[in-house]
Amino acid sequence: MVIRFESTTKQYPDGTVAVDALDLTVPSGAITVFVGPSGCGKTTSLRMINRMIDPTSGRVLIDDVDVASERPARLRRRIGYVIQHAGLFPHRTVVDNVATVPVLSGTPRKEARTRAYELLERVGLTAAMGDRYPAQLSGGQQQRVGVARALAADPPVLLMDEPFSAVDPVVRHDLQAELLRLQGELGKTIVLVTHDIDEAIVLGDHVAVFAEGGRLAQFAPPEELLASPADAFVAGFVGRDRGYRGLSFATAADLPVEPVTAEGTVVEGLALVLDDGRPTGWRDPDGRLLPTEGTHTADDSLRVVADLALLSPAGAAIRVDAAGRAVGLVRQTTVADVVRQRQRSRLAVGAVGGSAG
Amino acid sequence: MTLWHQVLDYLSVNGEDVRSAVLQHLYLALVPVVVAFVLSLPLGWAVVSYGWVRHPLLTLTSVVYTIPSLALLLLLPGLLGTSILDPFNVLVALTVYSLALLVRSTADGLAAIDASVVQAATAMGYRPLRRWFAVDLPLSLPVVLAGLRVAVVSNVSMVSIAALVGIGGLGQLFTRGFQLGFYMPPILIGLVLSVAIALVLDALVVIAQRFVTPWARVAAR
Repeated sequence: MVIRFESTTKQYPDGTVAVDALDLTVPSGAITVFVGPSGCGKTTSLRMINRMIDPTSGRVLIDDVDVASERPARLRRRIGYVIQHAGLFPHRTVVDNVATVPVLSGTPRKEARTRAYELLERVGLTAAMGDRYPAQLSGGQQQRVGVARALAADPPVLLMDEPFSAVDPVVRHDLQAELLRLQGELGKTIVLVTHDIDEAIVLGDHVAVFAEGGRLAQFAPPEELLASPADAFVAGFVGRDRGYRGLSFATAADLPVEPVTAEGTVVEGLALVLDDGRPTGWRDPDGRLLPTEGTHTADDSLRVVADLALLSPAGAAIRVDAAGRAVGLVRQTTVADVVRQRQRSRLAVGAVGGSAG
Repeated sequence: MTLWHQVLDYLSVNGEDVRSAVLQHLYLALVPVVVAFVLSLPLGWAVVSYGWVRHPLLTLTSVVYTIPSLALLLLLPGLLGTSILDPFNVLVALTVYSLALLVRSTADGLAAIDASVVQAATAMGYRPLRRWFAVDLPLSLPVVLAGLRVAVVSNVSMVSIAALVGIGGLGQLFTRGFQLGFYMPPILIGLVLSVAIALVLDALVVIAQRFVTPWARVAAR
């Protein structure tokens, strides 16, 4: 399901332009995040997809069909919708909340409920919670129910409006991880609105950065957003440490690794101490054991390796295999070389091809 | 003879009258509440949906409530073309009073609904009418039913006035006691039964409230 905005504009009667001639293609089967400061038109754009708001000019198409040609209620039953605070119906049990859309579409209530109980387990809740009322659940649990409700009719498109901004950071992290896990199984076309650029970078396969006045400032994968912001607004919005944060998108697998030798590995005067192959610390010349400060595997990101190299008393990040046995080292200088090469080749591409993005 | 014996004596002689007075009282009190309740739903909806309706309609309901009930009972025959002894006058008068109470509580109940819940319902694919009955109305019930309790109890007490214009109900027991030179038994019987009816009906509404809004008690914990 490809969602396409074609010079979509929303102007309110008082003259405020919420969305200004938006041209954007939301790719199928991926998470696209709309991010920007408040009042930038990101939520308005989202709501034009399921006709909660109709554009004043331009079109929104889902798989080449103009949404304006469809009856709103019927269109919306094919599009999952999750909002901040979940927006659950307080007068219905959790399971009936989840069964809402199937029942609206004519599925017998009993059948819809049976499937709703399954869905609860799928989003990390228990079937027993199905018989409670929303007020009896925590904020994070309510949000999971919100996701289950949006998925109940198995819609190809899922719209999420600030879904995780009302919960505390720990719960938010869990919910984000859960969404990525679910998306790995389901492969829906997801559009998610947030004002949190970090959330956009964690969740988005593609990120659309909106600026004030409903202008689309940049549409790119998060990695590219961090590496080459289209303008000063995007650079400012993406924020500090973007070089460092950009390392999250590079894998550690390609790094050159110095092997760990059986007779002993010494780096900067510190000897790596192994116990049955597992690193336990660095021994300094005076015989004191210093901590390793952690290890990484080939599946980790360059950011994790860089962080470990900075923390390590020897200035080297320890690579381990799946069993936790040390297989090699990555020194700070190696990380710095790789990062420099990476940035040089990226900027060279940008310089030849004109402005990126 | 003690007052207690006089009361029992009065009941044994006039039991049939008292029984029919109770039934008449219930009829006159409840029919207006039911009619007003049904009418208050669209009116409350209009108040919440259309900003310009709010002020005039709610002001009107307040003004209506200030009209003395006896005056209204005497005025209505002229307005409706009914005879002064027609119970229909009482039904209309009490419907007007109940409506004045219930429009406000229905509007308050509907206005108190979390807007994001209504929006979520729309985004799920509810059409407006179905959404109103499936989401808006049930969610307004805690406030609406609180208003209904007030309307029921105040109606039970107001029906007594009807006796002054010659219409039945427990008020007739008061007028009779008065005519007999403050003869206490009918006055006492009327008073006790009137209070008892109010308490029982109030309890019934509370039970109904628990039954139709089980979620509200959960949320209050």
